[in-house]
Amino acid sequence: MKLGTITERLARDRYNLDDGPHIEIDQAAARAAGAGPLLERICPAGVYSVGADGAISVQWAGCLECGTCLAVAPPGVLSWRYPGSGAGVAYRQG
Amino acid sequence: MSETPEVDFDVIVIGAGVAGCVSAHELAKAGRSVLLVERGPEPGAKNLSGGVFYCRVMEQVFPSFADAAPVERVITRNCLSFLNRSSFVNLDYADERLAEPVNAVSVLRARLDAWLAEQCEQAGVMLMAGIKVDRLLVEDGRVMGIGAGEDELRCHVVVAADGVNSFISRDAGFRAKDPPNHLAVGVKSVIGLDRGVLEDRFNLEGDQGAAYAVVGDCTKGVGGGGFMYTNRESVSIGVVLRLDDLARSGHSAAGLHDHFVDHRFIAPFLKGGELLEYGAHLVAEGGQAMVRDLVRPGLVVVGEAAGLALNTGLTVRGMDLAAGSALAAAEAVEAALAAGDCSAASLDRYRRNLAASFVGRDMATYRRAPAFLEGRRMFNDYGPLLADVFHGLYDLDLKPRRHLLKTAREALKAAPVGLTDLMADGWKALRAL
Ligand SMILES: Cc1cc2nc3c(=O)[nH]c(=O)nc-3n(C[C@H](O)[C@H](O)[C@H](O)COP(=O)(O)OP(=O)(O)OC[C@H]3O[C@@H](n4cnc5c(N)ncnc54)[C@H](O)[C@@H]3O)c2cc1C
Ligand code: SF4
Repeated sequence: MKLGTITERLARDRYNLDDGPHIEIDQAAARAAGAGPLLERICPAGVYSVGADGAISVQWAGCLECGTCLAVAPPGVLSWRYPGSGAGVAYRQG
Repeated sequence: MSETPEVDFDVIVIGAGVAGCVSAHELAKAGRSVLLVERGPEPGAKNLSGGVFYCRVMEQVFPSFADAAPVERVITRNCLSFLNRSSFVNLDYADERLAEPVNAVSVLRARLDAWLAEQCEQAGVMLMAGIKVDRLLVEDGRVMGIGAGEDELRCHVVVAADGVNSFISRDAGFRAKDPPNHLAVGVKSVIGLDRGVLEDRFNLEGDQGAAYAVVGDCTKGVGGGGFMYTNRESVSIGVVLRLDDLARSGHSAAGLHDHFVDHRFIAPFLKGGELLEYGAHLVAEGGQAMVRDLVRPGLVVVGEAAGLALNTGLTVRGMDLAAGSALAAAEAVEAALAAGDCSAASLDRYRRNLAASFVGRDMATYRRAPAFLEGRRMFNDYGPLLADVFHGLYDLDLKPRRHLLKTAREALKAAPVGLTDLMADGWKALRAL
């Protein structure tokens, strides 16, 4: 059984693309709190990645909407909402 | 008190999961006008569970639930597995009594929730899917309805059934953010397998199913565990990881999921399978300490939005508690509507109903479970200890045999847990679980 990379896995899931990002990150607050590596690690969908310059990129379109990042991020780092009506991940199994 | 504000519906239910659908169904059945609003493009699209539904409670809502609903398999075999890197010890329990009457079924939520919402519509509920509720309308501390984008809809009572993240209550200032040790993330794969192969591998006949609860090396010691449940033609497999422990551990959520799925004692079950879906969802693990804010003027909170879920180490339960709380709430809302009084004092009947139901009683019974399961020994040390005891019994290395007690004592001496730990944990387990 090959699980494949996270990207390959997410490609099997169904998504309805939202008009814009539902996750916003305060880069300065994230840097001050050293939150990048934590977010990178705890997100099951690999949404966050820390670049060479320390900035965190957010591939929000692959978000599985679990809420883990919001629950563990230091205060002020993330603003996270559910995607707009009907948008985002749409499980066919669940 | 006979305030009769202009309303669009008697009741608006936010979220078409198990809790929302059962609430909506019962209130429509009682003759109320009910709107059920769901943010997913169709009911179930946002929902994910491990998938064993202890479904006895559903017979109160749908008399032949296990036959009529799109369930996967009837769980007649439960296996508790202590998994180590190079050994495992299983407690394997199969019983035909679990099928008659049906006690638990495996489910896939995209199918189950769609069916539940369909039953709601047949009972007269108006379903609006693909609409995210943005806010509660609150006037003088009383909930008057909901807002979605530009639109506002008014009602006598709002039922918040919006699940574990419960933004509806949080944004209205009714519920504080939960601490990370009250939450766990479930990372799950659904793996398609040929039906015959699956039944052979899990030793199943017909529509019978197996449920594995796994502790130990599957999470590399992070609080939580693994699960592996059989569906009709697929396996639901994944890990549940307590957020405080996950954050501390240095492990990645996806990495632990993969470690479990690829584990040498797990992989053979899945050989030749095809990944159908990969998903993640939070689950409430705080137990009774997390249950609060059930009632406000014009508002009741049901299901996991109210913190109702239980992890006992052997079972994860949320769906049955969601259904039970929905029944308790629907009865109270109906009584409040009939009395024309939807104040907090009137709706408090829900809290009393809940406390008297199996939901309130089980939450109270298992109130010590979260603290017990936070003790790390359960995850780290007991698996290897058990394996050492059995190794001593089965490894006939030509040394003279000793009695079981001696073998166990030797294993205990070599293990990082002492006899007093073992006794203390045993006592705690008896009291907590
Ligand atoms: C990995 C994992 C394994 C689990 N295993 C089990 C198990 O084996 N057995 C068991 O009984 N339980 C299990 N659970 C727990 C169970 O899934 C939940 O407790 C249960 O689904 C809660 O039901 P609910 O109806 O309260 O909430 P949910 O099922 O979460 O439903 C909430 C609904 O509200 C909708 N919603 C949210 N916000 C809005 C909004 N603003 N506007 C409109 N709609 C909204 C959502 O889209 C969703 O449909 C597990 C959970 C996880 C994560
Ligand atoms: S909600 Fe879950 S999947 Fe989405 S970014 Fe946060 S951690 Fe990742």
